Amino acid sequence: MTKVGVLRFPGTNCDRDVFSWVEARGFEAEYLWHLDLFEEKKYDLLVVPGGFSYGDYLRSGALAALSPAMKSLRRFASAGGPVLGICNGFQILCESHLLPGALVKNEGRRFVDDWSELEVVNENSKFGAQFKKGQHLKLPIAHGDGRFYAPADELKKIYDQNQVWLRYVNNHNGSLGGIAGIMNEKKNVAALMPHPERAIYPWMGGQDGWGFL
Amino acid sequence: MAERTRIGVKIMPREVILDTQGRAIEQTLKLNGLPEASCRVGRFVELDLQVSSEKAKVQAEEIANKLLCNPLIETFEIKEL
Repeated sequence: MTKVGVLRFPGTNCDRDVFSWVEARGFEAEYLWHLDLFEEKKYDLLVVPGGFSYGDYLRSGALAALSPAMKSLRRFASAGGPVLGICNGFQILCESHLLPGALVKNEGRRFVDDWSELEVVNENSKFGAQFKKGQHLKLPIAHGDGRFYAPADELKKIYDQNQVWLRYVNNHNGSLGGIAGIMNEKKNVAALMPHPERAIYPWMGGQDGWGFL
Repeated sequence: MAERTRIGVKIMPREVILDTQGRAIEQTLKLNGLPEASCRVGRFVELDLQVSSEKAKVQAEEIANKLLCNPLIETFEIKEL
């Protein structure tokens, strides 16, 4: 049975939604506490959920990036293990240098909480493998620091290596290139600002998130 | 007596990054008769390190690069206090 580790930091608040989603998909879910190193070989997949890890102190994701659990996650990722970051998880993976770029304050200065239409820019074989290039999806967004930023040379590299995963059809936060999700060079680490775990049943308003695991 | 050095690290957002706090302060300054004033907000961190001045500066530089500052979006300066 596929075993999925769900990381938990103080201030993580989407962990239970992710846990339920993992179980609903028929996988085995297990929480991983930020202060503990874990045996990464025991897991098939890791998820870094959303929230406000360490109260977003210093910079979103900066303190979580240096936690013991992230050391184990780093080993897992460098061995090719699939890692999915959602919202604050995306920020943590950027701060950990597992993904390029940074997430800064939304251009409009406001926290945005809404549904967003997304376009698949490049396909990912580990997460949402059934989504085809050019396909449109609808997912909830909820973030204050969601504007993807990278200096011009780094952004060029991201595009050249087909690392853009998803983009906002209506760029509500001023992300460069409307980028909503990216992948690392090897494509085993992927992250997005929208919340797939909040759109897995029709009663949630949409179920496009279901297939992201 | 154990050595001790206090280091200040000033971290500022790069010009290309929207400084939301700075912009909000600018608006308040405008409302208070200073329409031309501009303002940027960063962060000041005091480190108390139990090493000599020379070593403290090296340590502080490492801490700033690894944790306190994200070089993509911020710059920092180090000063002994």
